[in-house]
Amino acid sequence: MPQPTDDNLPPLRESATFDRGVIHEIQRAAETGIYDIRGWGAKRRVPHFDDLLFLGASMSRYPLEGYREKCGTDIVLGGRYAKKPIELAIPITIAGMSFGALSAQAKEALGRGATIAGTSTTSGDGGMTAEERGQSKTLIYQYLPSRYGMNPVDLRKADAIEVVLGQGAKPGGGGMLLGQKITDRVAKMRTLPVGVDQRSACRHPDWTGPDDLAIKIEELREITDWEKPIYVKIGATRTYYDVKLAVKAGADVVVLDGMQGGTAATQDVFIEHVGVPILAAIPQAVQALQEMNMHRQVQLIVSGGIRSGADVAKCLALGADAVAIGTAALIALGCNHPMWDAEYRKLGSAAGFYDDYHLGRDPAGISTQDPELAARLDPVAGGRRLANYLNVLTMETQILARACGKSHVLNLEPEDLVALTVESAAMARVPLAGTTWVPGRP
Amino acid sequence: MCGIVALFLKNQALEPELGALFEPMLVSMTTRGPDSAGFAIYGDEVAAARIKVTLRHPDARYDWKALANALRGVDAQLEWFQNAIVAVFKLSTDEEKVRAWLTSNAPDVRVLSVGRSIEILKDVGLPADISRRFGLARMQGSHIIGHTRMATESAVTLQGSHPFSTGLDLCLVHNGSLSNHNRLRALLQRQGLDFETDNDSEVAAGYLTWRLMNGDSLQKALEAALTDLDGFFTFAIGTRDGFAVLRDPIACKPAVLAETADYVAMGSEYRALVSLPGIESAKVWEPEPAQVYVWERQH
Amino acid sequence: MKTFDLSSQSVRELNQALHDQARALTEADWIVRNPGGAHSVACGLDQDLRVTIEGHCGYYCAGMNQRAHVVVNGNAGVGLAENMMSGFVRVRGDASQSAGATAHGGLLVIEGNASARCGISMKGVDIVVKGDVGHMSAFMGQAGRLVVCGDAGDALGDSLYEARLYVKGTVRSLGADCIEKAMREEHVAELRELLERAGIDADASAFRRYGSARRLYNFKVDNASAY
Repeated sequence: MPQPTDDNLPPLRESATFDRGVIHEIQRAAETGIYDIRGWGAKRRVPHFDDLLFLGASMSRYPLEGYREKCGTDIVLGGRYAKKPIELAIPITIAGMSFGALSAQAKEALGRGATIAGTSTTSGDGGMTAEERGQSKTLIYQYLPSRYGMNPVDLRKADAIEVVLGQGAKPGGGGMLLGQKITDRVAKMRTLPVGVDQRSACRHPDWTGPDDLAIKIEELREITDWEKPIYVKIGATRTYYDVKLAVKAGADVVVLDGMQGGTAATQDVFIEHVGVPILAAIPQAVQALQEMNMHRQVQLIVSGGIRSGADVAKCLALGADAVAIGTAALIALGCNHPMWDAEYRKLGSAAGFYDDYHLGRDPAGISTQDPELAARLDPVAGGRRLANYLNVLTMETQILARACGKSHVLNLEPEDLVALTVESAAMARVPLAGTTWVPGRP
Repeated sequence: MCGIVALFLKNQALEPELGALFEPMLVSMTTRGPDSAGFAIYGDEVAAARIKVTLRHPDARYDWKALANALRGVDAQLEWFQNAIVAVFKLSTDEEKVRAWLTSNAPDVRVLSVGRSIEILKDVGLPADISRRFGLARMQGSHIIGHTRMATESAVTLQGSHPFSTGLDLCLVHNGSLSNHNRLRALLQRQGLDFETDNDSEVAAGYLTWRLMNGDSLQKALEAALTDLDGFFTFAIGTRDGFAVLRDPIACKPAVLAETADYVAMGSEYRALVSLPGIESAKVWEPEPAQVYVWERQH
Repeated sequence: MKTFDLSSQSVRELNQALHDQARALTEADWIVRNPGGAHSVACGLDQDLRVTIEGHCGYYCAGMNQRAHVVVNGNAGVGLAENMMSGFVRVRGDASQSAGATAHGGLLVIEGNASARCGISMKGVDIVVKGDVGHMSAFMGQAGRLVVCGDAGDALGDSLYEARLYVKGTVRSLGADCIEKAMREEHVAELRELLERAGIDADASAFRRYGSARRLYNFKVDNASAY
């Protein structure tokens, strides 16, 4: 707590309700008349995977030897209807992020890294770039309300199609890209005038509701001759019902993004106050799938704040088939790296705090369209960094799985977990450590 | 999220075929609603001093005969018959008395519909199975409203199935998703209405009952619904003399109408209407958003 | 000439046969009978084909069409020619909601009426409607031209970008940032050419032009009520 130099004055007392951050925001709103827009996901603390722990090997459960005794990580996604399901070497995928939000170099780096690691990347709310398709061995093509750049040629080039209803950062919100990032190339791809602040639809233009989504999914299958898996992506809100409806509508894979999931730009109030933590959503999704006898038939990919192999392993233990990383992937490429600290400070931020993706002045060259800044990211080097990180995530997941006696990471189960807090126990539906108590369950 | 179908016969000569004409309409909407299905059929009207009541019990082997015998205390001349899991009673009494008697003497029995003409039949399962179970293809009547359900936010149960009964000879089916139904339910409960489920469609039905109870015409009640109900909806409402259709102002949920000299038909998709006779030359159109459409036979 | 009867053959068979033509054009002319309101008929075409559909279609007829010439002798359901890239689609009857949604190119002609959201999010397609269009037509229209010989419903061109709208009849109301603009010689000429290509006889000089006021292109606090 800051102390004035005069010993006679009492210490300063900050309000928990109107702290300096809130005061700053209110005054910014008063000056500009516009809501605060930023990138990243929910920054405030919410119950998350750190509150869960694994019960490792013991007298009753025996571990596997590292390296020699295999712990499999391969997965198959989308076998429900598609002729060509997706086969990945690891259960960690790269989440949808648009060219426009990210530079072309960043998209290329993601493609390179994912391919080295044997996994997929996902296009975003701006269409498919040649760089990403060229570099990414397995590319999921997003189908969003805006339909920017959507076309059947790219649809057929994709390995899977992801129908996006929403994302964790802003369930119910559309895309947002401010004028400074709508360069000639972005504008052309999105059929927008250069330099406008892009307004985006929040609902799909030609269907609303799962009954009509079922017809839309069939159309997409028809156009691609039933070859490709159809994913359905939702932000975590009423997850139990949403997952059931996605399955009823015909999804091969459900992608579930919690409130910690990132975005390149949206209103701060949306990020912080809409959607639930991924921890609370996964058990709902798994329950929904199990009740329909669809668990592992329709695969579940979860995202929103995945950082380490511990997070990956916990998601799998809770019943997910795979995870997706977005923010973490960008950090691996160099986002918020201390080497740019001086530049972050010039922008009014600092390394480790920077979230103004929407402004397009990212010193790391990732969430920008400025050619000079974007050139700072070497796609080949970036790809290697991402591949390294994915490798670490995979190995960490295997270490934990082996410690629980699993020869495949998908054999992790909720019973391998306990919780440190009442909230996380209730949300994850695992017992409080040292007890048999799962709050809220009979 | 669901499928809605409705058929209103202008040509009375077709009344013996109402069920046969309607069954393929209902079944065609299976993909929109695989969870449960139901319909309200109007016909076999009882005289003015009598009512017809459709009842259901959770136990499929419930002893309706015993219930009928006990009910003779209310009306010794009552008639009744069983149709699969439902029993239909025709009584010389009023709705209040029947409900009161049931509450005291058979509290597990559920009332699906009350009126002079209406019979509501619904169940959990595929539309084709439900049609077969109730013998829809052999049914006769003047008009019929049906629904196939894909449950959104509430459970897949019989109580959650449509049509919902909103009053004498009245029913409602809904395709869409309301967003203010929870507070509206609480308000209606304070007005004395009862709800069995947490289903948004049941709230819409209750809202209509309440407006009609307070003296609104069907037209006025539906117009008021446009203001008081928030969310996305296509409604089909059944009345003793016909049916009504209403879409919300945004009108994202589909609706198709077809009319010939013999009938007016409605469906969520044109596909639901293709089996109808003369459909190739029918007038086919879509109802405008926020506009009440009513078809009723004149007496 | 190849005929498909959807009362005995499946939409999947039809679409596969049409898609196979993209690899090798062996049959240019197709007739589809008894569509019976089926969905996704003739979607995803990518070849110089002529497809005539005898009857009413369901949703997404000719979805994502490329190069092909598709005629529906009946009505079409939701999303007719959605996301079309090129080619030609004509419907003789009415089109349901979201006709031509997000389409990038080609020409869509609707001889009857179009329902709500005609041309929603259009990205370069030309749409010519002989009858009326419903509410929210050309919502967020980014590029292309929408011609309405009849009347337009509420909120025409709401949140419009650069699509150009021509309406001959009445416009119930204009959407946010959509305004009437002057019809200059070049617009009359453009409209005349569109009507000609659509095969619709109407006097181009009797139309009014609507376009974006462009006040929502960059956020200004004083426009907040428009959102």
